[in-house]
Amino acid sequence: MNSKILKHLRQDKLPHIWCPGCAHGIVLRSLLEAIDNTGLNTSKTVIVAGIGCASRASGYLDFDTVHTVHGRAIPYATGIKLANPELKVIVITGDGDATAIGGNHLIHGIRRNIDITTVIFNNNVYGMTSGQYSPTTPSGAWAATSPYGHLDRPFDICELAIGAGATYVARGTAYHQTQLTKLIEKGIKHNGFAVIDALSTCPTYFGRKNKRGTAADMITWFKENTITVKANSVNDINQNKDDNSKMKIGEFRNINDVPEFTNEYQKLITQVMKGE
Amino acid sequence: MKDIELIQGNEACVEAALKAGIDFYAGYPISPSTEITELFAQKLIPLGKKFIQMEDEIASMAAIIGASLTGKKVMTATSGPGFTLMQENIGFAAATETPCVVINVQRAGPSTGLPTTPAQGDMMQARWGSHGDYSIIALVPYSVRECFDLTVRAFNLAEKYRTPVIVLMDEIIGHMRENVKLPDTVNVVNRAKPVETPDDHIQYKNTEDLVPPMATLGTGYKFHVTGLTHDEQGFPTSNPTTIEKFITRINEKIHANYDDIVDVQEHDTEDSEYLFFCYGSAARSCYKAYKLAREQGIKVGIMRPRTIWPFPKKHLQGLKHSSIKKIIVPELNRGQIVREVEASVTGIEVIPVNKYNGELFTPQELLDVLKGVR
Repeated sequence: MNSKILKHLRQDKLPHIWCPGCAHGIVLRSLLEAIDNTGLNTSKTVIVAGIGCASRASGYLDFDTVHTVHGRAIPYATGIKLANPELKVIVITGDGDATAIGGNHLIHGIRRNIDITTVIFNNNVYGMTSGQYSPTTPSGAWAATSPYGHLDRPFDICELAIGAGATYVARGTAYHQTQLTKLIEKGIKHNGFAVIDALSTCPTYFGRKNKRGTAADMITWFKENTITVKANSVNDINQNKDDNSKMKIGEFRNINDVPEFTNEYQKLITQVMKGE
Repeated sequence: MKDIELIQGNEACVEAALKAGIDFYAGYPISPSTEITELFAQKLIPLGKKFIQMEDEIASMAAIIGASLTGKKVMTATSGPGFTLMQENIGFAAATETPCVVINVQRAGPSTGLPTTPAQGDMMQARWGSHGDYSIIALVPYSVRECFDLTVRAFNLAEKYRTPVIVLMDEIIGHMRENVKLPDTVNVVNRAKPVETPDDHIQYKNTEDLVPPMATLGTGYKFHVTGLTHDEQGFPTSNPTTIEKFITRINEKIHANYDDIVDVQEHDTEDSEYLFFCYGSAARSCYKAYKLAREQGIKVGIMRPRTIWPFPKKHLQGLKHSSIKKIIVPELNRGQIVREVEASVTGIEVIPVNKYNGELFTPQELLDVLKGVR
């Protein structure tokens, strides 16, 4: 195993609980490489997780780790970051955790622009409870709770985040692992609320039921069906064509002119204490 | 501060928290607790401390637990519906042994109920609101001064026992104004921190006093916190022995310390034939009824718990050989604490007196009840 990630794992807590073929391990690898590349002080980094397959990773990571309740990782992280702004706070969560039960907290974390990096392991399904639909399950797909085909329209997490005013938004996939590392790295360096929609796979409960082939086929699917924001904009200029047939990946937004919440809070404290 | 001030119960709570060393408050406005949230918004920032209005009560409870894990003293305040929303996270705080204070200024229910009328309908919710086997500490003030004293005590007990502590007021107690003289300084307890190195530290150790020292996020201990049933190191377990030890310890650290935690006021319990067992605003009416009854030669006493959970069972059992024949339990609900009283005594008749129409007890009606049962 790569030495960059090995040193950040609580090796005595392995093996992990993920199913064979699950791409969460690839996303986790990207996260740990990103942490390592940015040279974060691992004693001052707190990983906060909700509930679900992705969130269980908190137990394997050699940091201060807080595995909270379903959907509420962001408010826990908000308390931690606001109480001690010196800490780097990273939230790991799944699509159901972050956008269904935790949807309200996601948009309010974004609204505050508090310096929290949120990596959403998005496999379009509830894996931990064995395959019920999530807010990112595609219309028409099969899930344990949509046995006749799924009716809801799915969220595009990145568009949701941009709509709520997020200052850093990116999407990567388990196929494009190196790029995903870079996107998470930039999210960690970003001083504000960063959302990284990390497309993962669930061969056991989503792929199998939706005839998506093998675990490898599912990951390769990302190669065939995505286009980078950059390539798409080149298309747009040369051929005046937005490629809507493919899912866009890459960095959607990275703006630095929105004040970060805990910085502003400290300024307010200083101002009020001076009696201004 | 002036020597004597006319202040509200809710205000006294805020003053107490400041004296007890609160660092962080997160809350969501709900009547009749709103003044607490508003006052913290006003008072914490000038002290360089943190206040945040979260998007809901669930987030408020989550935020204070997160802040507490960074070593801060934390609190939130709410009322019935908000308290219900907080329950899952209160359970998390109990399971992860994270100190925090929750003020519940009770209003009538069920559901949205009666927003600004008094009730004592959350007595059982405070004890059993979250799922699973855990124990809780809950305190019940009956005056503005006690709102102050018991809020300070709530912080100290939370720190001492690594547990959520709930202060159960009711709308009358929260909104009532009284002249009080608050102390300049209070006794402050801080949570025990590990003395050993990170490698040697065990975050949930089965220590003899049942309360393990608590490491803080960002101090190099690299510990794991989870709401899953965990071993001494804090990691999920499915080992039956480990599970049982853990559940036993988080309950026993409260029950084994009954004498330290349970605080009960008694008046004339030795020679009385009748006893009012009462708390919160109902106790205020009882005191007046008790005085009137004594003037008329009726031998009545008062037992008024200031700690309601753990329930003051031993204090009631202490009455066994006394002259008391009947215990009257007035409550602004359909009878919650009366069941605990019934379960604690034998050979004494227990009489519930219940009011749930949004009004408080008058001393006269309690005096009439007393005369009626003689």
